[in-house]
Amino acid sequence: MNCYLGVDIGSVSSNFVLIDNEHHLIKKVYIRTQGNPVKAIKEGFSELTDEITQQGITINGVGTTGSGRYLSAVLLGADVIKNEITAHAVAAAHLYPDVKTIIEIGGQDSKIIILKNGIVNDFAMNTVCAAGTGSFLDQQASRLNIDISDFGRRAVLSRQAVRIAGRCGVFAESDMIHKQQMGYPMDDIIMGLCEALVRNYLNNVGKGKKIESPVVFQGGVAANAGLRKAFAKILGMPVNIPEHYDVMGAIGAAMLAMEKMQCSRDNNTQFRGDEFILQGSFKTSSHECQGCPNICEVVCIKRDREILAYWGDRCKKWENSLNEKNHAV
Amino acid sequence: MKITFPHMGNMHIAVKALLERLRLEVVPPPPISKRTFEIGIRHSPEFACMPLKINLGNFIEALENGADTIVMAGGWGPCRFGYYAQVERDILESLGYQFKMIILEAPDSRAYDLVKQIKSLGENVSFWEALKAINYGWSKLGALEALEKQLDYYLPRARDKARIEKIYNIAVENIDRAVSKAEVYEIEEQSVKEMSKAEMKIDLPLKIGIVGEIYTMFEPAVNYDIYRLLGRMDVEVIRSAYLSDWLNDHILKGYIKKSIRPDIIACARPYLNYEVGGHGLETVGNTVRFAHMHLDGIVQIGPLTCMPEIVAQSIIPQISAQEGVPCMTLWLDELAGTAGLITRLEAFVDMVHRQKLKAGNYQKEA
Repeated sequence: MNCYLGVDIGSVSSNFVLIDNEHHLIKKVYIRTQGNPVKAIKEGFSELTDEITQQGITINGVGTTGSGRYLSAVLLGADVIKNEITAHAVAAAHLYPDVKTIIEIGGQDSKIIILKNGIVNDFAMNTVCAAGTGSFLDQQASRLNIDISDFGRRAVLSRQAVRIAGRCGVFAESDMIHKQQMGYPMDDIIMGLCEALVRNYLNNVGKGKKIESPVVFQGGVAANAGLRKAFAKILGMPVNIPEHYDVMGAIGAAMLAMEKMQCSRDNNTQFRGDEFILQGSFKTSSHECQGCPNICEVVCIKRDREILAYWGDRCKKWENSLNEKNHAV
Repeated sequence: MKITFPHMGNMHIAVKALLERLRLEVVPPPPISKRTFEIGIRHSPEFACMPLKINLGNFIEALENGADTIVMAGGWGPCRFGYYAQVERDILESLGYQFKMIILEAPDSRAYDLVKQIKSLGENVSFWEALKAINYGWSKLGALEALEKQLDYYLPRARDKARIEKIYNIAVENIDRAVSKAEVYEIEEQSVKEMSKAEMKIDLPLKIGIVGEIYTMFEPAVNYDIYRLLGRMDVEVIRSAYLSDWLNDHILKGYIKKSIRPDIIACARPYLNYEVGGHGLETVGNTVRFAHMHLDGIVQIGPLTCMPEIVAQSIIPQISAQEGVPCMTLWLDELAGTAGLITRLEAFVDMVHRQKLKAGNYQKEA
């Protein structure tokens, strides 16, 4: 069976999906990046390949997205390297053709995407503050000694959310501590935090954007039932959660790869094959280029002895020194 | 007297040519680097915008290299920039540097005053020599801008982008070294010819206009070379301003060539009808002008905390909705890594591309 691989390497999680020609999800793998994207890519891919060998699946195209999209493109060989906005929008618009607003909250960034007739019309990403994102929730959960997967369930038990300042994560935290010392029930505090984060998101990321129904909420944080409820309550409209909300970026990347392969005349994927990624030992190193006063930190990616890619140089001297064939863009 | 001045894009090449013809010794600041940022930030008020910090870094590095006189542009109006020369002088003095500061203000009345201002800078030069020096500096500036335009044109179209950039970089170096007007023209002509030989892509590139604060638009160290970033993504960049326009409008008071500023201001109506300081009015005017030119998208750039650009930013969504052109605002500051910037630019370019595909009048090889 022919299928397409989508990879989304984020700051917190690394997601891998395989979809077939009809956009059906064959398998998804969701693992934590844990600061080591190279290892995450290897692990995630090997988890997927078990299936490939068993069912005789061939990969016809590869799409990568997320902040690690260039790295994963080099390691796997990608046909499409796309930013997260496009990937998420494509995946959501396929599932909900009339979607007008996409709320996406990931590990360290949050975005709002406004669509018109199925294509992106406007978007915004959080700028300087990570207050409303997954990392902050993680941190608060561990401070309250609650498992993050339990966080949402506890929140929805609340009948009366307490009010927590949502402008800034630091203030939100001290407000929470205050409320907890006053003796408010934990569930109400957690729900209050969820509502504060939603207000924070709408004020910072959604600033000046007109949010219209249907709304789709995706990204890892969409797992949190408390936030789902808070969004529905504050927006005053139903919020749709896709079945595979946690890997929507990867699904979008796979769909884009399929789109590209089906449009192109030759069907040669850039995919380097299982062996390339699983057998090789990958090393990254960096050095300061002394070529000019910018003193860029140039990163070099090697597989065994072969240099795969350079990046980090502003002038592109190093990047261009390798053949252009490494870049699928 | 060893003269220095702040960096702003390729300006140093033209200014150096001018000052050398005035028989002055010139010590341009070293190219803006990490160190320039570090020094500038350390000695600046935290909430000042990035231009001040980089100016200051430039001055300190130039003073370290032996400069003893600083030439800086002044100004007036609600933008803080008009006051920067004074603030910078105070900071440098409090750091214990010995130097003289000359602040060039836009002349109030006649071109004659300006030439006189420049003449008085020079060592024993006649009025005629001062005029010739201005003319010479201007010719270098003109050649550099012509090359920038060629770069913006060929970079998105060429298959081998590295080659185009190389031709441009070498040409800029050569123009800096050139000693006569004839030589400057020769280099310009040769480089343009060379670029035009490049193998081109079949598809027409997207066109995206850049509007915003002037220093951010001119200085690649500040805007992360946004023109090239876009060019490498196969986007033809339309710049809303060139240095010669700015100098012509603000320092030379429109004496050298006809100003397009009145047209830009006229475009701003009815969205914005009066000055809001800095380039707020121009940003709004240019956004409308670009929309009328049917560009595919517009990106506004400015330094974080820039008040005039914040005013413009709040008006741009109305223009975007009314004129039907996608717009995005990017704030640049000292700490931003390029990853976030590139993701946003890519997403914007993608969005513009897909909208155009949907509209059906555009085909690009997948």
